[in-house]
Amino acid sequence: MSIMTEQNNKNKKASPWKSVQLGLAVLFGIVVYAYGFQITKVDLEDLRSERRQESLTRVMRALAKPEIFEYEQTEEIVNSPVYITCPASGEPTLPEPDKSGPYLVIAPACAEPGETVQVEGFNFAPNVSGPLRFVPGSDPANVVTLGRDNVETDASGHFIYEFVLPERPSDDVQFIRATLKQNVGAPRLTQTAKDTWEKIVETVFLALLATTFGTFLAIPLSFVAARNLMKPVRSPLASIAFSLLGWPLGIVIGYVIVRFVEGLSAPFAGNIPINLVSVIVAPALMIFGLRWALPQEELVKPSTSMQLMRWGVLFVSVLLGFFGLFQLADLSKNLGQIKIESFEWLAFLGNFLFQTGDIVSIITPALGGLAAGGVLSSFMGKIGQRTTEKLSPATVKLFNIVFATLAGATVFGLLGLLVEWLYQIGNPTYTVWGPGITGGVIGLALAIFTNPKDTLPTGLVIYYVTRTFLNGLRSIEALVMAIVFVIAVGIGPFAGMMALALHTIVSLAKLYSEQVESIMAGPLEAIQATGANRLQTIIYAVVPQIVPPYISYTMYRWDINVRMSTIIGFVGGGGIGFLLQQNINLLNYRAASAQMFAIAIVVSLMDYVSSVMREKAV
Amino acid sequence: MLQIKNLTKIYEGGVKALDNVSFDVPDGQFLAVIGLSGSGKSTLLRCINRLIEPTDGEILWNGEDITKASPEEMRRIRRKIGMVFQHFNLVHRSKVITNVLAGRLGYINPAWSLLNRFPKDDIQKAIKQLERVGIADKADHRADELSGGQQQRVGIARALMQDPDMILADEPVASLDPVLAHSIMKHLEDINDKDGVTVLCSLHFLDLVHRYADRVVALNQGQLVFEGLPSEIDDKKFKDIYGRDAERVG
Repeated sequence: MSIMTEQNNKNKKASPWKSVQLGLAVLFGIVVYAYGFQITKVDLEDLRSERRQESLTRVMRALAKPEIFEYEQTEEIVNSPVYITCPASGEPTLPEPDKSGPYLVIAPACAEPGETVQVEGFNFAPNVSGPLRFVPGSDPANVVTLGRDNVETDASGHFIYEFVLPERPSDDVQFIRATLKQNVGAPRLTQTAKDTWEKIVETVFLALLATTFGTFLAIPLSFVAARNLMKPVRSPLASIAFSLLGWPLGIVIGYVIVRFVEGLSAPFAGNIPINLVSVIVAPALMIFGLRWALPQEELVKPSTSMQLMRWGVLFVSVLLGFFGLFQLADLSKNLGQIKIESFEWLAFLGNFLFQTGDIVSIITPALGGLAAGGVLSSFMGKIGQRTTEKLSPATVKLFNIVFATLAGATVFGLLGLLVEWLYQIGNPTYTVWGPGITGGVIGLALAIFTNPKDTLPTGLVIYYVTRTFLNGLRSIEALVMAIVFVIAVGIGPFAGMMALALHTIVSLAKLYSEQVESIMAGPLEAIQATGANRLQTIIYAVVPQIVPPYISYTMYRWDINVRMSTIIGFVGGGGIGFLLQQNINLLNYRAASAQMFAIAIVVSLMDYVSSVMREKAV
Repeated sequence: MLQIKNLTKIYEGGVKALDNVSFDVPDGQFLAVIGLSGSGKSTLLRCINRLIEPTDGEILWNGEDITKASPEEMRRIRRKIGMVFQHFNLVHRSKVITNVLAGRLGYINPAWSLLNRFPKDDIQKAIKQLERVGIADKADHRADELSGGQQQRVGIARALMQDPDMILADEPVASLDPVLAHSIMKHLEDINDKDGVTVLCSLHFLDLVHRYADRVVALNQGQLVFEGLPSEIDDKKFKDIYGRDAERVG
């Protein structure tokens, strides 16, 4: 009690103002939510209308009965004559029904339209149900029926039903038909259930592939998007200019060389024995060459001629490696096409081999281009670094002016070409010369206004560019990306997989990079102090620290991808979403319900599995 | 011979961590660096292997200016300078043996590191270093399973893997109890005596300084305030180094 008074005393001074503040806050809250109600059209009036309640009930009931099992059914159909409007001759006498099987007794045998007759069924199967319909016209085999009545038999196969006769007066005899259906044998899966199963499998694998590909590409990106790793990366202008020039040059050279290797490999494309031998021999030779050219430890600097020889061997080894890759692609394509009659069910493995081979042969030239670009860029960067160190400031400045201008012009010119390709402006003044000159001026300005021996924060620039790129792409929903991919590769799970993979790359790269930024700096410092270079520091100080969060984020992402892949079919991205949307549009709620149950089961299973795996891994 | 000439470090934000510090360290000496927390000891040690870029001044090691070394030369220089840290700075999730092997990274071709490969000789060498510091049986344990004293021994083994000519020890025993502190200091002393490795070691406790150091430099607010033998630190010098209100405890 005394504590309370003390507190009150302390707060007394400020209390009127605080009350006003609180009041204003509440008022503000009410205004905000009131406006929200207006905007979102909160209105329960419709819910009260009977029509809506009826359809809601119907849909809910349909959803509660997913179309999963069905039975083989036998039908017992019995027609019994009836007269609407009694004939002038009085109540007609009906033929005695065949009492050996199921039969109907209608009393009275004639009545006016709208009047009720009592229909009694005998000798039916026990506990079965089915429609009781009026058959207009005098033909008992008529398929057209009227009415919505249903009957159910009791344990002895008997039912009584008050049947209201329709407005179908006729002088001829007409009929009332009971069609009682009976389930026979064991339940079996419906076509819906089979389709749902097939699509849910597609969904899970779509998510799996998207997560795998996404993760692999997100990992290197995440290092580039981590501030703590990128901030110390600084290089002099000459080095930057040289590596910028090295990229496009290297990509072109690499692409040309790898295409040349592809040409060498092409004549043996269809020959499995040669494929097989190359796939074994080429990598073996490559490893041998690499081992010789890259000694594990070196205490003294090798001579120039030795170094040149090593570069040569390295080059040949890498070419051998690419040759092996092309041969591997051919081999797996060839193997994939072999069809063995008795192993028809293994066809998916063949398809896997063929498709991987195809992927390898498509991406290998690009890979070669990128690799050569990276190598040439870093090599030229080193030359730039060396030049800056060795030459006098004035010479370096001159050097910078020439090459920074050239590099700026090249980069901006290439960007201009990209713009040209995207928007088809068709005016080289705007798309080539303009950007080229702008870039050149920027490079020139950098060269003039910076101290030639100073280093520039290359790392931070790359960091900001990557971050901007990631944030931009991340804000595009996977569903929207899927639309683009559907156009690129056609409707189907492949498009959905690509869209999810792209979204996975950008969002995981962001999450991962935040983990990299929060690692302990101590081990990083210790590894750097041993003389490890940047790559080694990442492998030995960064990677061990980020393995647990990476695994946990990857699992989390798989989870998200499974959920996303259930709806990516809405836009043609494959998976179960396609079926679900179709059934909702066709008002086939029982089928939609089956798909919703499947999604619920898979998502909760994934939830459980991923949490277990996360616990194990971390 | 390590010569530090007019070394100055001003951090971003204007804090002057080192102010025109100059002194020489002959090869094979055990030099203690003392001073209050924040006096610039850590900055000084980290400037020597350029984990921190000095703002001004020269660091000559065997005549070569470390402050002007290119990245490639720096790799060559750093691999000859081992470093031991107050918080050990082991990679917790890696095995002890991997932590020790990391000391070879300055020698190993980065392409092989990409495959996480170490030469066989290095692995044997790592075991030998672990034997030397007395924890060879822990080689396959994860680093964070070890106690503080054991972790610091791994840190020393890692520095030894570099075949160092010099070891920078940044308060190597500040996180350890006195008994462990002496055992770690004895390892450093042993390396200094037997292998002739120069040791620069920042320390807090004067009894450790008296017991292990050949010579002492003292920093106060980034300035060199004392340079001489441990025995020369009398009460007046002590107050110069640690401030007027300080009292000797050890």
